[in-house]
Amino acid sequence: MSQDTVIKAEGLNLVFETNDGPVHALKDVDLEIDKGEFVSFIGPSGCGKTTFLRCIAALETPTGGGLSVNGMTPDEARRNRAYGYVFQAAGLYPWRTIAGNIKLPLEIMGYSRADQESRVKNVLELVDLEGFGKKYPWQLSGGMQQRASIARALAFDADILLMDEPFGALDEIVRDHLNEQLLQLWARTNKTIGFVTHSIPEAVYLSTKIVVMSPRPGRITDIIDSPLPKERPLDIRDTPEFLEIAHRVREGLRAGHAYDD
Amino acid sequence: MSGTQAGKFLGRNLQSSSKSFLAPVAGAVALAGAGALLDWRLGLVLAVWLAAWGLNIVLTESGSPGRRFVVPTLFGITLLVLWQMSVRLFDISQVILPAPTDIWEAITTSGPVLWADFVQTVVKGALSGYVMGAVLAIATAIAVDRSQFLQRGLLPVGNFIAALPIVGTAPILVMWFGFGWQSKAAVVVVMVFFPILVNTVAGLKETDAMQRDLMRTYAASYWQSFAKLRLPAALPFIFNGLKVSTTLALIGAIVAEFFGSPIVGMGFRIKTSFGTLELAMVWAEIAVAAVAGSGLYGLVTLAEKRLTFWHPSQRAGR
Amino acid sequence: MRNVLPILTVVAVLLGVWYLAVAPMNFRLALDAATRGGADVTPATPDEQGQTGLIRLMLDNPSVMPAALSFERPRLPQPQAVVVEIYENTIGLARNCEWQGFGGERDNWSPLSDGCLRVIENRRSLIFHAWQTLAPTLLGFAIGTGLGVLLAVGIVYNRTMDLSVMPWAIASQTIPILAIAPMVIVVLNAVGIQGLLPKSLISSYLSFFPVVVGMVKGLRSPGAMDLDLLRTYSASGAQEFWKLRLPSSLPYLFASLKIGIAAALVGTIVAELPTGARFGLGSRLLTGSYYGQTVQIWAALFMAAICAALLVWLIGAVEKRTLTRLGLVR
Repeated sequence: MSQDTVIKAEGLNLVFETNDGPVHALKDVDLEIDKGEFVSFIGPSGCGKTTFLRCIAALETPTGGGLSVNGMTPDEARRNRAYGYVFQAAGLYPWRTIAGNIKLPLEIMGYSRADQESRVKNVLELVDLEGFGKKYPWQLSGGMQQRASIARALAFDADILLMDEPFGALDEIVRDHLNEQLLQLWARTNKTIGFVTHSIPEAVYLSTKIVVMSPRPGRITDIIDSPLPKERPLDIRDTPEFLEIAHRVREGLRAGHAYDD
Repeated sequence: MSGTQAGKFLGRNLQSSSKSFLAPVAGAVALAGAGALLDWRLGLVLAVWLAAWGLNIVLTESGSPGRRFVVPTLFGITLLVLWQMSVRLFDISQVILPAPTDIWEAITTSGPVLWADFVQTVVKGALSGYVMGAVLAIATAIAVDRSQFLQRGLLPVGNFIAALPIVGTAPILVMWFGFGWQSKAAVVVVMVFFPILVNTVAGLKETDAMQRDLMRTYAASYWQSFAKLRLPAALPFIFNGLKVSTTLALIGAIVAEFFGSPIVGMGFRIKTSFGTLELAMVWAEIAVAAVAGSGLYGLVTLAEKRLTFWHPSQRAGR
Repeated sequence: MRNVLPILTVVAVLLGVWYLAVAPMNFRLALDAATRGGADVTPATPDEQGQTGLIRLMLDNPSVMPAALSFERPRLPQPQAVVVEIYENTIGLARNCEWQGFGGERDNWSPLSDGCLRVIENRRSLIFHAWQTLAPTLLGFAIGTGLGVLLAVGIVYNRTMDLSVMPWAIASQTIPILAIAPMVIVVLNAVGIQGLLPKSLISSYLSFFPVVVGMVKGLRSPGAMDLDLLRTYSASGAQEFWKLRLPSSLPYLFASLKIGIAAALVGTIVAELPTGARFGLGSRLLTGSYYGQTVQIWAALFMAAICAALLVWLIGAVEKRTLTRLGLVR
């Protein structure tokens, strides 16, 4: 284990007991994520990518194998507030303003009033929502709501950011824009990001490491380290290097599917 | 819109409306005429009714901004006028149905009595019982909140009891707590308890898995996630229970007085005025009850608007 | 099925509270009676007893406890006393009558023995009183529902009716109209309308508004897309009503019907209260309270609860069948 390994999974297994018998959601997953990496998990539905993310967040409990976050068990890490989590839907409280929503975790974690205010101001700037603090979520567009929910996850000092298809419900154009912003944000904050998606271009564009997964049982079929530079304009997606990685990801996904047919 | 288009549009509108107006008007005149042939008084009543209804149709079609208020008001006034006309024209006895003006006279001449009855029944009986019942119900809901097991039992039982004729406990509670306002408040407590309890328990279950997960990622304590997430999310449900219960509270307080009361109170007055055939007084009390009921409901609705402005059902105007 | 155990637990807790309350509720009455009967109690005089706390009294006079538990006219009877009262006035009566009644005073065409007929007609019989309450409730409910559905259709299809009536229909639900139910009966009696109809009028009124409000909501529940789809078929207004609006309104209708039938039953019972009605569950409540017959009150109350439960359950069963057949629930 290298010095700056943040998340380490060894032979991780998770079996759900359902009415139709046991379901192997994760099988023998081995993975190391280093500090400051941007890791995407990609695969068809049922491949366990969200489940794996939830295991890291201690929202699911693995049934076998080892998993450590910051050198602790996931649940200890959760109680140490080691990560921010962004869900598929913004999930902002309609009865709180945008600023109030961002303050929510700060209140729970006991930050001081003054600290809360300055942090809200900072993260609102970070996600480009200055001046919207006093608005209610339902007065904002879907893309702005999702940005606010990212701000909420950034507001406290966690160096891991876990994102579960955060842009899945948005249209392509908004999504491009948010992807670009997310990269800038990552460069500025130097957080470790785990990102679940089912879009190949999104995964390739964002990540330093792409984890390709496949279903029944949910497992990792390929891990691709991206050679792309850290500085990535949107049109990098038309370069041969980009297309080559995308091709490899697609091959990996297809290989995982093959045994379905 | 260009001039010719506008002209065409107007023309078509006029055409269709003149066609659709003519037939009903003829029908209305014929109906009123037929009524008048039977009895001129009937004809007159029908004529007023149809004229007012016609006016309302015109107002509705006009699309003027005030119609949401004017049309129902006009409808209400029409009903009152028809009531007054029928009582006077057909010479209906006071003992059966007093005219609105008689009721108004009773209200104005016996103000102090009505006020004393209002205080006894609404303020002491209904309101105190309502507040106690609501506090008790919400406290109970919070107490069982941590036990899935108790909730699964309490929800169906509470729903079942809420559908029962709980007013029937009034004689028992009057026997236990005496003739004073305390027994009325007790009836009200029992009546409002279950609707509010059931709604609060249901409301506290309302949050979805994602929102609960979010609280988990913050490692929030039970009370933190209760105060910051589940209680606010439950508010629309709690208010639903509170609104349903306002009417129940008044019904409970008035009906309980039928089983015994001091010589003051709306239920008492209704019962005794009835015995002495002072029907105008009975109706006066009903009017007070109606105003009190709508007022109480209005107050709760106002509080709801302030506290749950964020809920989709309240957002329309924002 | 997984709710059975929790429900039983909650019911058991309620029963337990009831049982525990019996002794303290009746203890002073029983002690009073014992004192007057010359029993040896501490403190000895009613005055002193009045100044002593209830728990002290109960601890000092264990000999009075059995009397308190089975006091004849208790402030709170034991649950089984209520069950016995209900049994005696329903099935118990039928039992007795059956083997007294085969004397055959009536013609033989009746399939019921005289005894059985008498249970239904017997003034002591709770079944008789329950029926006196149920019949007008059902009639009124039918009338109220019918009119309510018609008005709802009118409101949905006629803008003027919507604007005129709807605010009043909603406002009227905030008015404690039930409180005047008894007066309506007497007024109707005075103008010569008697029998089933006056009580039915109250219950029809009470079931009317929930049905109107629910049905309007239901008829308006189809979304713009559903309506547009029918428009692309150029469906007629009637087709739109029968094929889309009516079926989609049914879940709302049934929800309102359950509220309506409960309200209708309460209405009939309250209507029977202070008018000196001689029959019906409401009159049993009232005479019970006049003569201090607590057990009779509790029995009438439980009978009313049973009726309400039966009616709501019946509507629930019809709802389930209808909605299943329409494919609205699985």
